Amino acid sequence: MMFDHLSRRSFLQAGAAAGGGLMLSLNLPLGNDETEGADTFTPNAFIRIERDGSIVLIMPYVEMGQGTYTAIPMLIAEELEVDLKQVRLEHAPPNEKFYVNPLLGVQATGNSNAMRGAWQPLRQAGATARAMLVAAAAKKWNVDSTSCRTQNGEVLHPPSGRSIKYGALAADAARTAVPEKIALKQPRDFKLIGTPAKRLDAPAKVDGTAIYGIDVRPPGVKIATLVQSPVFGGRVKKMDDAAAKAIKGVRQIVRLDDAVAVVADHMGAAKKGLAALVIEWEDGPHAKVSTNDIASELEKATLNAGPVAQNVGDVAKALAGAATKVEATYQVPFLAHATMEPMNCTVHVRKDSCEVWLGSQAIARVQTSAAKAAGLPRDKVVVHNHLIGGGFGRRLEADGVIRAVEIAKNVDGPVKVVWTREEDIQHAMYRPYWFDRLSAGLDDQGRPVAWKNRFAGSSVIARWLPPGFKDGLDPDSTEGAIDLVYNLPNLHVEYVRVEPPGIPTAFWRSVGPSHNVFVTESFIDEIAAAAKQDAVAYRQALLGKSPRAKVVLELAARKAGWGQPLSERIGRGVSLQFVFGTYMAHVAEVEVAKNGAVRVRRVVCAVDCGTVVNPDTVRAQIQSGIIFGTTAALYGEITLKNGRVEQTNFDTYQMLRMNEAPEIEVHIVESAEPPGGMGECGTSAIVPAIANAIFAATGKRLRKMPVDTAALKQ
Amino acid sequence: MAFAINVNGITHSVDVDGDTPLLWVLRDVLGMTGTKFGCGMALCGACTVHVDDAPTRACITPVDSIGKSQITTIEAIGKTAAGAKIQKAWLDREVVQCGYCQSGQIMSATALLTSKPHPTDADIDDAMSGNICRCGTYLRIREAIKQAASS
Repeated sequence: MMFDHLSRRSFLQAGAAAGGGLMLSLNLPLGNDETEGADTFTPNAFIRIERDGSIVLIMPYVEMGQGTYTAIPMLIAEELEVDLKQVRLEHAPPNEKFYVNPLLGVQATGNSNAMRGAWQPLRQAGATARAMLVAAAAKKWNVDSTSCRTQNGEVLHPPSGRSIKYGALAADAARTAVPEKIALKQPRDFKLIGTPAKRLDAPAKVDGTAIYGIDVRPPGVKIATLVQSPVFGGRVKKMDDAAAKAIKGVRQIVRLDDAVAVVADHMGAAKKGLAALVIEWEDGPHAKVSTNDIASELEKATLNAGPVAQNVGDVAKALAGAATKVEATYQVPFLAHATMEPMNCTVHVRKDSCEVWLGSQAIARVQTSAAKAAGLPRDKVVVHNHLIGGGFGRRLEADGVIRAVEIAKNVDGPVKVVWTREEDIQHAMYRPYWFDRLSAGLDDQGRPVAWKNRFAGSSVIARWLPPGFKDGLDPDSTEGAIDLVYNLPNLHVEYVRVEPPGIPTAFWRSVGPSHNVFVTESFIDEIAAAAKQDAVAYRQALLGKSPRAKVVLELAARKAGWGQPLSERIGRGVSLQFVFGTYMAHVAEVEVAKNGAVRVRRVVCAVDCGTVVNPDTVRAQIQSGIIFGTTAALYGEITLKNGRVEQTNFDTYQMLRMNEAPEIEVHIVESAEPPGGMGECGTSAIVPAIANAIFAATGKRLRKMPVDTAALKQ
Repeated sequence: MAFAINVNGITHSVDVDGDTPLLWVLRDVLGMTGTKFGCGMALCGACTVHVDDAPTRACITPVDSIGKSQITTIEAIGKTAAGAKIQKAWLDREVVQCGYCQSGQIMSATALLTSKPHPTDADIDDAMSGNICRCGTYLRIREAIKQAASS
């Protein structure tokens, strides 16, 4: 996992809220190193208990479908002893003071870390507030606080039968000292945690009233759409906008250095205007870049040693003495996020201020980027965050914000910049292409005595969070390639950072493991086959140090009917991983048609994600992750030709659809460990399970994603 | 020129080119943002509305093709019997995640249920495979349609 500082001290302060309520301010870990060492209290989450008894939570994590807006309030409601319905979430306020990390501005929702970060501090906050409310009631009644109880938003005093609502105590509680020590509930006393509480954001999402970034309509807003240089790094050379300007509803053409935007009354006119533009581009230095060239460069990079990410024992010696050697190379492609809500950002640039509306996973980054693009101090930029119509890492980036500000600087009044799907796919920032070179040595029993892995690709961290890239390594690029669950007495892993020319890279759902788990779990399968052993049994034998991994592997295999016969060209494949703090095993069952078409029929998942806060959310996230990863395995590929992304829309960048969706079974292992991440692990685990199942069905080992159906033709 | 279109029982006059897709008339001219933009090419179904009960991709439907047809959008689908059943089933089954595609999913599902009150799995595949969900809520959509059909 990337930056997992769950044990880091968390701060909490309490005081009076405006209007007479109780306000707790706390600092939640956001997955970056930089707040370490901060000696000032910089709260980023707030809990307000208002005089009417309502409980308002303002927090830095955003809802992008993963259920955070439900699961996080559950933590507070549990300890505070209130109904979940009493907890109301407020969107990020248009007040940078609450949200900006003054050190870096890297607050973000990603890396499956929201629940992992919030688990302790939010329960502590709930328990602290509860204790202060009890103390206030005890003082009012002049009784011992230990004789009081809490239930459903009230403090009770059973001996006298008295009760008082939290709202009526909030002002007094604000004057109570913050208790030094707070006992949290024992898991056996949980009333809410562990139950399938209903999503709080669902009703507005089924009746059309939910407001995503793309839905905002500040008064007088105009709609713009844009075309960016088809080659990354290119520029506008010449433009004829006469025809575009003549279109009804088109108000203005904004020419930037490397993009042109059409500003109109509505998107229909803007798109029509865009189509009418005649632009000549100067392609710049990347005019000839192709994916094949990038892959060749990466392949070459794996021929020379790179920084060592992990070393155990002596691989060279073990390889030299091995009875059998297995070697393989693997490749995974560039991928776009293709969030259902296309990229968009609404901006109003005024003389001395700037207002931004969007849905973002990294709102402080948005503010910093907008300020820079607008040439304003950060405190003059107000950001309104909204629901996210799919993030998957794309909305951790602020490229679209910078674009929108550049355009808005030329427009009088607010302008909503909406990207066409074609721009969204052709100017995404992409999951890096990776090339991996592996070798293993087996002893005469087929056991792995040596494991060597050298891989090359882009470091997203090096750009996104430069301090995270140290000594040629970063924790994201290597997660899933090192610290494996298996006993491997001699292991050597190197990472060679190579930044591809002419294509920006970014985090993509399941980040580093999206690549590493495919490679690791394919290769372990490959050596099991070389040893002529069963893929599950082979893994089991290597799990002495990983009892939780063993449990999920065995559970998934049993539930999937591992070993039971299947018809011709139908196969089962397994994968096992420990990433994002969660143990997961998948067994995928696939059918390969004679023409090579692959259908994933069924996926059985066993998961140990520690304490389950909301089991329905866990299931939903696994279903989601499996579909997302299956799309990538079967279809996902962004290619460059002459510096241009070749895919344009959902016809050339396909998504898995209803008729192709596999049956999915999820089996959750009970655990009292702290919660692990859930948003991403389903995705990284499914890709190798599918590839391994294809091997079982056809005997063909696919070492390059996505699935090449031509290679599977019979 | 100005077009008179009937959306959810109310007639609106909109002054746009006749080839303007209905999607933008709804979203940007009338301010009804429940109907979503996903692809602009009828590939994803996010913009699905009903034109006289037929599920229709608003992103490729020119406003001048509508004439006197009645348009129904997500904002009003709950007023129909099938729409209300579908919305309830969506909540009961906790279908939504990011939720962005769900307006379109619900419009497609409601049209299915209206034309086929007891759809088979194959019917569901046929009616729903034009709607992409990037969060992968397909399994729950299928369950929810079945629940709505049996309620």
